[in-house]
Amino acid sequence: MAKIRGTIVVNTERCKGCNLCVVACPVHIITLQKEVNRKGYNYAQLINEEACIGCASCATVCPDGCIEVYKIKMDK
Amino acid sequence: MEKEVLLMKGNEAIALAAIRYGVDGYFGYPITPQSEILETLTLEKPWETTGMVVLQAESEVASINMVYGGAGTGKKVMTSSSSPGMSLMQEGVSYIAGAELPCLLVNVMRGGPGLGTIQPSQADYFQSVKGGGHGDYRVITLAPNSVQEMADFVKLGFDLAFKYRNPALILSDGVIGQMMEKIVLPEQVKRRTDEEVVKQCPWAATGHTKDRKPNWITSLELSPEEMEKNNIRFQEKYKEIEKNEVLYEEIQCEDADYLIVAFGSMARIGSKAIEIAREQGIKVGLLRPITLWPFPKDIISEYADKVKGMLSLEINAGQMVEDVRLTVNGRIPVEHFGRLGGIVPDPDKVVEALKAKIIQ
Amino acid sequence: MTKEEIISQGTLAYKKPTLLNDTQMHYCPGCSHGVVHKLVAEVIEEMGMEDKALGISPVGCAVFIYKYIDIDWEEAAHGRAPALATAMKRLWNDRLVFTYQGDGDLACIGTGETIHALNRGENITIIFINNAIYGMTGGQMAPTTLMGMKTSTSPFGRDAKLHGYPLHITEIAATLEGTAYVSRQSVESVAAIRKAKKAIRKAFDYSMAGKGSNLVEIVSTCNSGWKMSPEKANEWMKENMFDYYPKGDLKDIGAE
Repeated sequence: MAKIRGTIVVNTERCKGCNLCVVACPVHIITLQKEVNRKGYNYAQLINEEACIGCASCATVCPDGCIEVYKIKMDK
Repeated sequence: MEKEVLLMKGNEAIALAAIRYGVDGYFGYPITPQSEILETLTLEKPWETTGMVVLQAESEVASINMVYGGAGTGKKVMTSSSSPGMSLMQEGVSYIAGAELPCLLVNVMRGGPGLGTIQPSQADYFQSVKGGGHGDYRVITLAPNSVQEMADFVKLGFDLAFKYRNPALILSDGVIGQMMEKIVLPEQVKRRTDEEVVKQCPWAATGHTKDRKPNWITSLELSPEEMEKNNIRFQEKYKEIEKNEVLYEEIQCEDADYLIVAFGSMARIGSKAIEIAREQGIKVGLLRPITLWPFPKDIISEYADKVKGMLSLEINAGQMVEDVRLTVNGRIPVEHFGRLGGIVPDPDKVVEALKAKIIQ
Repeated sequence: MTKEEIISQGTLAYKKPTLLNDTQMHYCPGCSHGVVHKLVAEVIEEMGMEDKALGISPVGCAVFIYKYIDIDWEEAAHGRAPALATAMKRLWNDRLVFTYQGDGDLACIGTGETIHALNRGENITIIFINNAIYGMTGGQMAPTTLMGMKTSTSPFGRDAKLHGYPLHITEIAATLEGTAYVSRQSVESVAAIRKAKKAIRKAFDYSMAGKGSNLVEIVSTCNSGWKMSPEKANEWMKENMFDYYPKGDLKDIGAE
């Protein structure tokens, strides 16, 4: 069965830590980091690389366009 | 080829001259005594011939903002109104000046304040030459005294507006707008193509092409340092205009002992008044500012050293007289004569006023 | 498979549109404006109208939209964007002309310009961000403020006796003969965002096809003005705003 693996790249300096991507992620694998960026925002990060399905929900709802999403179909 | 001489109102002359000069758009709202401009344009249907857009807007506020929108795209756009409508437009004029856009405004003045009267007046002098809306800005102000000049100043106004990217205003009044005179209309000029507009106005919002940065038409600048730079740039531009673009007419000034200073319709009364005065042995000349801003300071200053006094003749309570006094700076007496409420002064009364106020 | 391998061997599933440049937007974290900006930029790109789009920015939070979307812009006086758009479209018929306005700009000070531009059937699109508040000036009451809603100028809640009622300007727009497409959308979820994008696309398509004027309202949040987290603001919007401002197409001449 084909399985989709995905990942995201967050522009952490552009991120304002609004948390909307965290809420939108259907597999609950994004959180805001304890560390802050140069503007003082707790930026978003993927915490479970294995579980990302590349659905782009996080990137779609991101008001600042901080997230790039990549995905690949795995034959297993 | 012999030129065709026509008979028409000043307002009609502006409308026809606009079509002939290849204006791209007119946006206006009816108000007496200038409604013939919009009426003539809609009757002529220039959208079928030159492609000129003519639109009756929902208000003067909308008209001036349509002009702002069109001017920002580099097109030749204009509006016209009369005093109360011009008051409504002042915010838009301020934006246009702040965004440094060219456009032509026409004010066929009537008496105020408020709804006032539909009779002629020159009481919007201050509003026109001192900015009018908020902020430090100036509007190039042309004062026609004939139907011919109403037509001719359409071209002059647009040429100056585009030369300096600044609004220009034809400041007329109910007399010049409504009276009929003979006139020779300018030759028909082709409207610029869109490609020509893009080429001539690289600053305009015409669609962002890859060979340049996106164009932003705005008067907004939140950085005080940048905003100060903008204002300094405006002031330098205004100084250039004051240096280069002053226009005036001198009638029998060479040997004059006294000077009448008058613009627009009042210059016509003034020219009759100097004739009457000279019949009585009083040597009076007429100086007619054609540009009210830039104001013909240098020539008035020169005459302040030659004549014994000046009378500023205006259909208002005394507005231009302040600029004449500033220029003369106390060297000779400067007085004002005018009527209010829409009454045009009689030339005989002008001579009487000259005797009473200046000659004594 | 590592993250790097997915990136190098996989496909790009989402990236902000190129037209939305890298300038950091000034909006508060979680503001709906950013999402709508992305949608506008995406639709212009998809239509291939990058060099033909002329936007008009409002007075209000979105005043600086011109800094973020790389097309040509004019910045209007408060409420007057539809008047600018009218002239721009009439003078440049092959351009995509749209305004982007908030509720205070469009439904209060600019009501006249909005109604008349729509009623004349100008071939333009108005993107209307309705967050029921004046965001930029600090959260004052707007014409679209809900009954009972507290704002800085209705601190005890909007009261009909004092303030009158919320203005349903989009419903008014749908009754005007000049309008071609009138729709109300929102951008709080992936599904809502997809629908909102389709609505913007249809409005832009109709503008270019000369079908008439188009209004797309986006019921939005102002989490700072509402004094809520972005997440809570979305919840509050769903619970309170959608009853007053029901979503969906109010008019579509193409569907009739």
